[in-house]
Amino acid sequence: MADALTGQSALLLMGCPEIPVQTGIGLYLAHMLTTHDWDVLTAGNPSVISLLRVSDPEKHYIRKMIDLDRCIGDIVEKHRNFDLCIVFAHNDAGISYAATMHHISTGRLIVIVFGRNAETLAALIDFPCETIVEKAVHNPNELRKKIDEVFGWHASTR
Amino acid sequence: MACIDEIEKEVLLSGASFAECRAYVEKKYPEIYYVDPGYKIFDRHIIGVPPIAIGLENDFVVFPFTKPCYGTFLLKIECHEEAQRVRLLGKKKRK
Repeated sequence: MADALTGQSALLLMGCPEIPVQTGIGLYLAHMLTTHDWDVLTAGNPSVISLLRVSDPEKHYIRKMIDLDRCIGDIVEKHRNFDLCIVFAHNDAGISYAATMHHISTGRLIVIVFGRNAETLAALIDFPCETIVEKAVHNPNELRKKIDEVFGWHASTR
Repeated sequence: MACIDEIEKEVLLSGASFAECRAYVEKKYPEIYYVDPGYKIFDRHIIGVPPIAIGLENDFVVFPFTKPCYGTFLLKIECHEEAQRVRLLGKKKRK
């Protein structure tokens, strides 16, 4: 198990929302990180942001959001940085975003690789990062368990 | 610089993987430069796995453009200013 994570600023970088587990896991991660005193910013394309706004209209879980392209630009131009970056990847584009974050951000990088091709996609990662790999599409439970293990949350939440 | 969405462009590959775009550039273009992820071109930051290959053909710039839901597109846009910038800031491929 990795070291229990503690810190200040965390970025959730969401991929295309076509795989159902992403939204649920995103809400869960935002909630758990916030509960553990992280300042969480969630980045996504307009569809991701709309899904999260509709799912959490009173912002109980997702408090701060930003457009994906703007977030990348802010990091490249040194206006933002994060102690922790979690990238969601279920397609080739997701791996490209993760590689980009590895290059432009100095914080700890965790890539959550999910979807039907999770293992094939994970094999494309050739840059230093931590990975959480699970063939989750509709049911988030196994993926959540792995996330809990990495973050050291399993004992405190159940 | 106009937004990339508003510029006249040719789409050479669509819904491709990043590796496919790099291979296409390296195969088809004699003048190739490499840039890092986050390199700004046409007001957008390039997303991708390094090394990111950009092909040049006179003032035409050929580069990958990634969208989360649609994969990576390989775009060809004519722009003297951006082509010269790539020549200045990119790392030239060694022959």
